[in-house]
Amino acid sequence: MAESISLVVEFTGGLEMLFSDQRKHRIAIPAKDAKGQPSNIAFLIQYLCESLMKDPRKEMFVLDGSVRPGILVLINDADWELEGQEQYELQPNDNIVFVSTLHGG
Amino acid sequence: MPPQTCEICHAARAQILRPKNHARICGPCFISTFEREVAEAVTTNNLFQPGERVAIGASGGKDSTVLASVLKTLNDRHGWNLDLILLSVDEGIQGYRDHSLEAVKRHSVQYGLPLKIVSYADLYGWSMDQVVAQVGKKGNCTYCGVFRRQALDRGAAMLGVQHVVTGHNADDVAETVLMNLLRGDLPRLSRATSIITSTPSAAANASSGETGVSFTSVKRSKPLMYAYEKEIVLYAHHRKLDYFSTECIYSPEAFRGSARTLIKNLERIRPESILDVVQSGIDMAKLVPDANADGPVSCTGKGKKQSYAYAVEEDDGKGGCGSTNGRSSGGEMAEMERKLRQDEQAEANDTEVEITSKSKTNVHTQAEAAKLNSSNRPQPIENVVTIRPKQINGKGMKNRQATPLKQKLGQCERCGYLSSQSVCKACVLLEGLNKARPRTEVEVGGE
Repeated sequence: MAESISLVVEFTGGLEMLFSDQRKHRIAIPAKDAKGQPSNIAFLIQYLCESLMKDPRKEMFVLDGSVRPGILVLINDADWELEGQEQYELQPNDNIVFVSTLHGG
Repeated sequence: MPPQTCEICHAARAQILRPKNHARICGPCFISTFEREVAEAVTTNNLFQPGERVAIGASGGKDSTVLASVLKTLNDRHGWNLDLILLSVDEGIQGYRDHSLEAVKRHSVQYGLPLKIVSYADLYGWSMDQVVAQVGKKGNCTYCGVFRRQALDRGAAMLGVQHVVTGHNADDVAETVLMNLLRGDLPRLSRATSIITSTPSAAANASSGETGVSFTSVKRSKPLMYAYEKEIVLYAHHRKLDYFSTECIYSPEAFRGSARTLIKNLERIRPESILDVVQSGIDMAKLVPDANADGPVSCTGKGKKQSYAYAVEEDDGKGGCGSTNGRSSGGEMAEMERKLRQDEQAEANDTEVEITSKSKTNVHTQAEAAKLNSSNRPQPIENVVTIRPKQINGKGMKNRQATPLKQKLGQCERCGYLSSQSVCKACVLLEGLNKARPRTEVEVGGE
């Protein structure tokens, strides 16, 4: 039985519409990726795209293998650029927020 | 990666990486820094007079929500004594604007600011839903953009307010600068990059919207024009501001969307680029002859010469509408795309730009060109690219302006709005709409 990590993932700033119009999702993802490496943000993004996102417009969330420019990622309320971006290794009960800056003002 | 500490307080965990200077700071320090910087933009540019009545163009979206919250906070903190009012435009788009107006109504209560809503239906006799039913989804942003600018001015006039602030941020301004560059429209740079502009506006008399039009000058300013969109969103996040973020259900505009995507891609590689584009736009605007000189008010603030640019009958890609693919640029969209096609044609005909043959033969590859550019600044004379003034060749070029556009202001003969044409854009659009409308009893607002 593979280990899993439980996380809270939030989508705001208009992104919630891509994820069943639901802002907060409690999810559990595998603790290791396919290569046996500890799951990181890159893996989470791929996982969200494949498993959580029902909307077919994947390009509104992910472009060229990373989060679309203009979407902010907060890891436990800190800018993901301060935490290692895609390489950040997920810890149990982490809170990951995706905020779009692309929607109207 | 070990947690990093805030560069300002050296105590809390860093939460924000500032795009403008890569500073790593904590949430509370970020909030006070952001507010201080907006206050600086306001005071160094003398945006407000003490006791001034100021309408905040409020859509319920992130930018205007942050603007309202910050101005309210700063007004209380610094005793600016401003009389702040929320001014919203109801375009009449069901499932979109009705929801965002609910957010504005909440803000009115939360911030203790009065709210005035003006609707297209009341002003023009047409809601956007009706316009779209009439003209279709394509091109409807033109109507919305033209109507919005007048609607904000008319709303301000109804409130007796001579200053409207909008939530344009640095990303918006950078986008507009790029768009102006890409379509060769440098005269517009001045208005796009001025933190304060003056809109001569028709102010309907208080008693009647139909007669007795008088004119007042409505100032427009953009207190957040040096603030990154990222920081505006983070400010809203850390202050837990509630804002509305759903797409306009009608068509977005592709050209602005492309400029926006370019800006966001640049930001990821080099975040300073956004403010650098803004600064470049400001500097270039100064080089455009006469673009600045037409302003009716010349304001000298702290020894720094500042002039207002006219802003008549234009929309600048802001309002309520926004889109992942791009915000509407409103009235200029169709015209701009037509211009673009003409430019492409002109380029194909080799009428606009000539590169001297020597530089053509010298530069074979991008790498060589880059080498030349970097090693030879200023460039040696043989590499100079000669750009001929635009020519009228009768092949669709007659609408191009060879010299900067000077706007001569008159007054719309129908509604009295200030206009460079005898009939303003809104009345022209309304005429087309009303002709096609089966019912004839509809009165055009302001006529």
